[in-house]
Amino acid sequence: MSSGPQAQVTLAPPAPAFGRQTLADRESVLGPLMLAPALVYVILLVGVPFVLAILLSFSSATAGSLDFNWVGLRNFTRLLSDPQFHRALGNTLRFMLVSQVLVMVLAVTAAHVLDAAFVGKRVVRSLLLLPWAAPVALASMAWVWIFDSTFSVVNWTLKVLGLLPGWLYWFGEPGLATVAIVTVHVWRMFPFATVIVLAGMSAIPQDIREAAVVDGAGFFRRLFHVNLPMLLPVVTVAVLFGVVFTATDFSVVWLLTRGGPYNSTHVLATLAFQRGILGANLGEGAAVALFLLPVLLVAAVVMLRLARRAEVGT
Amino acid sequence: MTGRAVLRGAKRAALYAAAAVFTVFAVFPFYWMLLTAFKQNRDLYVGATNLQHVPWIFNDPPTLDHVRLLFFGTPYLVWVKNTALVGLAVVAITLVVAVPAGYSLARLAGRWGERLGIGIFLTYLVPPTLLFIPFARVISLLGLQNKLGALVLVYPTFTIPFCTWLMMGFFRSVPRDLEEQAMIDGYSRLAVIGKVVLPLAVPGMLTVVIFAFTLVLQEFVYALTFISQVERMTLSLGVPVALVRGDVFYWGSLMAACLITSVPIAVVYSSFIDRFIAGLTAGAIKG
Repeated sequence: MSSGPQAQVTLAPPAPAFGRQTLADRESVLGPLMLAPALVYVILLVGVPFVLAILLSFSSATAGSLDFNWVGLRNFTRLLSDPQFHRALGNTLRFMLVSQVLVMVLAVTAAHVLDAAFVGKRVVRSLLLLPWAAPVALASMAWVWIFDSTFSVVNWTLKVLGLLPGWLYWFGEPGLATVAIVTVHVWRMFPFATVIVLAGMSAIPQDIREAAVVDGAGFFRRLFHVNLPMLLPVVTVAVLFGVVFTATDFSVVWLLTRGGPYNSTHVLATLAFQRGILGANLGEGAAVALFLLPVLLVAAVVMLRLARRAEVGT
Repeated sequence: MTGRAVLRGAKRAALYAAAAVFTVFAVFPFYWMLLTAFKQNRDLYVGATNLQHVPWIFNDPPTLDHVRLLFFGTPYLVWVKNTALVGLAVVAITLVVAVPAGYSLARLAGRWGERLGIGIFLTYLVPPTLLFIPFARVISLLGLQNKLGALVLVYPTFTIPFCTWLMMGFFRSVPRDLEEQAMIDGYSRLAVIGKVVLPLAVPGMLTVVIFAFTLVLQEFVYALTFISQVERMTLSLGVPVALVRGDVFYWGSLMAACLITSVPIAVVYSSFIDRFIAGLTAGAIKG
């Protein structure tokens, strides 16, 4: 990769001398110059707010005034003894873990289905992508309506099939609300994961797969001993983004339950919004949101390792 | 022999059944939007306890009433306009910033370009849910509450990192020889970018336009934080938050809005999804 340009340079004389000195040709200037706007934007509007988020979490700042009082760890100590916060932290992890396990099982299965040749494959593939592509706030509203306490088509269907003796108030009971939220997360994330896994599967060399078939490996043996190990990096990416997207999700929970019933389904993001924006307590809201940081750090580290792998590999 | 044929047949059947199950699960909410958007109220608002009334089909002829109400009785068209304005501005900013940055990282920045590129991409992992609280303060300091300008300022924070990464990958795939040949012919680097690279990068820039626009359309948290005036809302905020009368949702119009907004985006998006995935999995799939 790096030998190409040098070889060229030694073969051909550089461009005419009068052109060499202008800015348009000085790559040591041009490079940083072209990169600068992006860097400045990212530093000013991601870096600075990020630091501000950390600073705010140590303050008693409110939305109404511009005061900034340093209160040390008070926001954090208060949160650690707050049962609502514990619930939100637990929910964030629970929703994330449960939905990611379901997403990966569905995605690996769906990718194997889509990998096989059948009539209408292209149509199925593009239909599968709909949930991921539709704006999440609007899709969530469709689910709110599907799980409506009076008009729920889910309840009707279960009733007709004779599977439902009583009635399900989806957003009125913590357990059911959790089921609803996880359903929407799974619905939204599995198509995305499927496409990623599918991309990984098409990168597995055909001869390896054929060799496994020739050697008489059955479906599950091939799945667990050939396909999944080879898919591991790509599955990691799918899980990584799935984890980041579900752990930091705000829209689904907010639109489905507003954190209810009785604040039982709050996640960190919605609790931060409720405390920080609706409750105008910016300091405490920032402190709540900062508990997302460990998840993001892990994600960043994994990303970096994958990137390093790619760098070494190519 | 026949046993084997039966087994093959069963396998095919299982394959089709699985494909059908996945498709139904994925499409069902959109089908439900469609039904709700065009059902007459007396067909729509029948309690689910009435087991004789089948909600899965049109029991009465479809109607356009909800769509008419959406367009002429609600601020839907204002939200469409706001979304288009914000979308255009954000797309323009993203193109102007991300395309040169992508080229610089791919060609001019050398070894540390790789690291910087990854660094910029990592900021894409910093979610709005972590930043909306500090932004709430920044936006109020700038006096931008309830202004579309707030969204135009903030949305590039997620479009720029992603699109820079996308363009970097794209420029890498342009053969170096083409550029070097043009430089040997006496063009400056800048002229090469304008005359050789950019025309080749049109598909990449088109991808950036599509993704920046759909990311804007998807966004909800910042809009909810900065905008409370109904006439200043964008589609993804106005439709779920403001299509209510008192406590009652206009479900027909609401689902019509969801359908009309989601489906075109979804169609465009899925035709570009492979590039999106290629961008995300750049490290994990080798060649």
